[in-house]
Amino acid sequence: MFNNLKIVIHQGKQYIRDTANVKVPGIFRGRPIINSERVNETELIGLCPVGAISNNPVSIDLGKCTFCGECAKQFPHKIKFTTDYKISTNERERLIVKEGEEGPVEVNPETVRSEIHRVFGSSLKLRQVSAGGDASGEWELNASNNVQFDMGRYGIEFVASPRHADGIVITGPITENMAEPLQICYDAIPEPKIIVLVGTDAISGGIHSGSSALDRRFLDKYPVDLYIPGNPAHPLTIINGLLDLTRKRKK
Amino acid sequence: MSYTTILNNQTIPVSQIPEVNYGEFIGLNTGFIISSPERHCVNYFGVPVGNQIKLICCIADDSTHTINVSSCLVKSSDSLDSFTARHFSFEKFEREIHENFGLGYNDHPWLKPVRYAKNRYDQSKTIANYPFYSIDSDELHEVAVGPIHAGIIEPGHFRFICNGEQILHLEIQLGYQHRGLEQQFLVKKKLLERSTLAESIAGDTVVGHTTTFSHIWESLCGIQPTRDIEFARTLALEMERMANHTGDLSAVCADIAYQLGNSVFGRLRTPLINFMQEWGGNRLSKGLIRPGRNQFPFTQELANRLTQVLKAYEPDFVEMSKQLFELPSALSRFERTGVVSYDDVLSIGTVGMAARMSGLSRDIRSSHPYSLYPEWTHEPILKHHGDVYSRVQIRRKEVMQTMGYIRNMIENVPEYIEKEPIAGRPAPDSFTLSLVEGWRGEICHCAITDKDGELILYKIKDPSFHNWLALALAVRNNEISDFPICNKSFSLSYSGHDL
Repeated sequence: MFNNLKIVIHQGKQYIRDTANVKVPGIFRGRPIINSERVNETELIGLCPVGAISNNPVSIDLGKCTFCGECAKQFPHKIKFTTDYKISTNERERLIVKEGEEGPVEVNPETVRSEIHRVFGSSLKLRQVSAGGDASGEWELNASNNVQFDMGRYGIEFVASPRHADGIVITGPITENMAEPLQICYDAIPEPKIIVLVGTDAISGGIHSGSSALDRRFLDKYPVDLYIPGNPAHPLTIINGLLDLTRKRKK
Repeated sequence: MSYTTILNNQTIPVSQIPEVNYGEFIGLNTGFIISSPERHCVNYFGVPVGNQIKLICCIADDSTHTINVSSCLVKSSDSLDSFTARHFSFEKFEREIHENFGLGYNDHPWLKPVRYAKNRYDQSKTIANYPFYSIDSDELHEVAVGPIHAGIIEPGHFRFICNGEQILHLEIQLGYQHRGLEQQFLVKKKLLERSTLAESIAGDTVVGHTTTFSHIWESLCGIQPTRDIEFARTLALEMERMANHTGDLSAVCADIAYQLGNSVFGRLRTPLINFMQEWGGNRLSKGLIRPGRNQFPFTQELANRLTQVLKAYEPDFVEMSKQLFELPSALSRFERTGVVSYDDVLSIGTVGMAARMSGLSRDIRSSHPYSLYPEWTHEPILKHHGDVYSRVQIRRKEVMQTMGYIRNMIENVPEYIEKEPIAGRPAPDSFTLSLVEGWRGEICHCAITDKDGELILYKIKDPSFHNWLALALAVRNNEISDFPICNKSFSLSYSGHDL
């Protein structure tokens, strides 16, 4: 008993008080900034392993980006990755960061389905499905619930049964072998329900894009409510994305 | 000679691998292993050559630190005697060859699909109709779990046959995570694409798999990585081991409903992976390891930071583990639960922790050392009971051992010399094999190039490939309620298996 108390005391306060404004340590690669400097654009575009960079104007698609930072390393005056981890949005095209844009990538409250605010505003239970995810995104979703990030304090939790869930969180590029279980799981969730894609693999297929072993037709059938980019997505990107979508944080 | 002998990370011309007839091939390779625990098969696979299939078998010898490689040409219409009937450790390899090429085996006891690969030979077999083993009985019942599990983890299907609460048999069906990785390595030709693919083989073993890929690539191109590069890889491998072991201890505590251990070990993993982010910008080390270059030089400043991180980590880790390992209610769940004997792990050819838990010393860091490991004498940590307790104890002790290694390493940070990344072209008609001890165990990649130096084969073997069978054996005669803790104590990769 005493030992347990001692251990508890030795841990101190672990939780992050302000998950919206805390600084992440080190050289985290979050939202990129592209300036208007002229560079060899063909070379820049050819560099990217996932075709996330395009020109006219030069832009990076965070839904495809693996955040490897190679473009910023080769073209340090053109591209910089900031430590801004709040890069989740409900609109796919907002993930495309263009030359000269320094504004945040954020949820557009105007286009969020109205029942999301109404029904999930104070409690959100999610069922996660890994469909070819490599376990890094899964680790970070788990970390969102640990004592430091503590997403549970906002009433957002992961549940075991789709019957208890308000939505589905998909990681991985959606393999052909997982397509049917994913559909069955989604069908088992009662209406209204949301779809959240976590990580580059889920949003665009990532590095696996073009592989014949994938079957992404599930995403053609239903609207996606939230895109949480990253490779893997950082717990703070996940938490802020879900909070902005459901508008639960007191501003 | 009917085989050729190579070292870890050595490139040889494909023509140097002797081709023998199947009778000699089977006798040679099973002969290497039978009654010789110091030898085991690190990879055995097929490569299409015209309308035939070339089988290549690689047997590592831990006592001589070498790998014996031999080959044999067969046709997919052949029906052969199986290696498996002579030594069970070939079981998964032969199933994979059968699945990919349709090659028949007369006497393979368990010729079932491995992962339903996209380019499998028989497309009529689908993951929804896997042929499960069943027992016709009024007394027994079956329990089906997955592919989607209760927690946030990867998918896989577990089918139990139980007598009341007791598990008689478990069959594990995988393949849900199959992304066609080996094929993608051939199709995607940019080095950065391939490095990124290597990162995604298993997202919890990013350093392990990218280091193995880098070794393959550098060896094929004839590049000698500089000391600062080797230093970074060795350090990152040990950091990955420490972070994952800590995370696993947390998860094991969760499975015995020990909230304090779950929270404390869980939060102790955070400073370790946050340090990886300080170093390379990614908590899971993505983007850190690249062939032929030092992407994020490890500085003295980072060394000082890491010293602080470990100083804060150690007392909390030691205090929490002491409490856990003295807690009777925890020990009663760990001890004699999920036992796999020495004979069984030897027979199924497990690697890494799943071998060392039962007294079988398999650790590439000491048997086929690479990077900085030849410079120090690594003593693998062995346990002998093969139960959950052995597996969690290995983690506790390896965390302490690894912490010692890291502290020694960062006392002498090698100087980083700014230089152009070394590029190169892979040698034509060559074969390379690379072994790395990831945190789970032995990782083996093999590559073969054609006459233009293009990859025609990239073969990946994650330690989980063999070790899943150890889990299936471990749970026999245990209560089904002990399955989660058995599963977590192995902590195997689905994506690393399914590729």
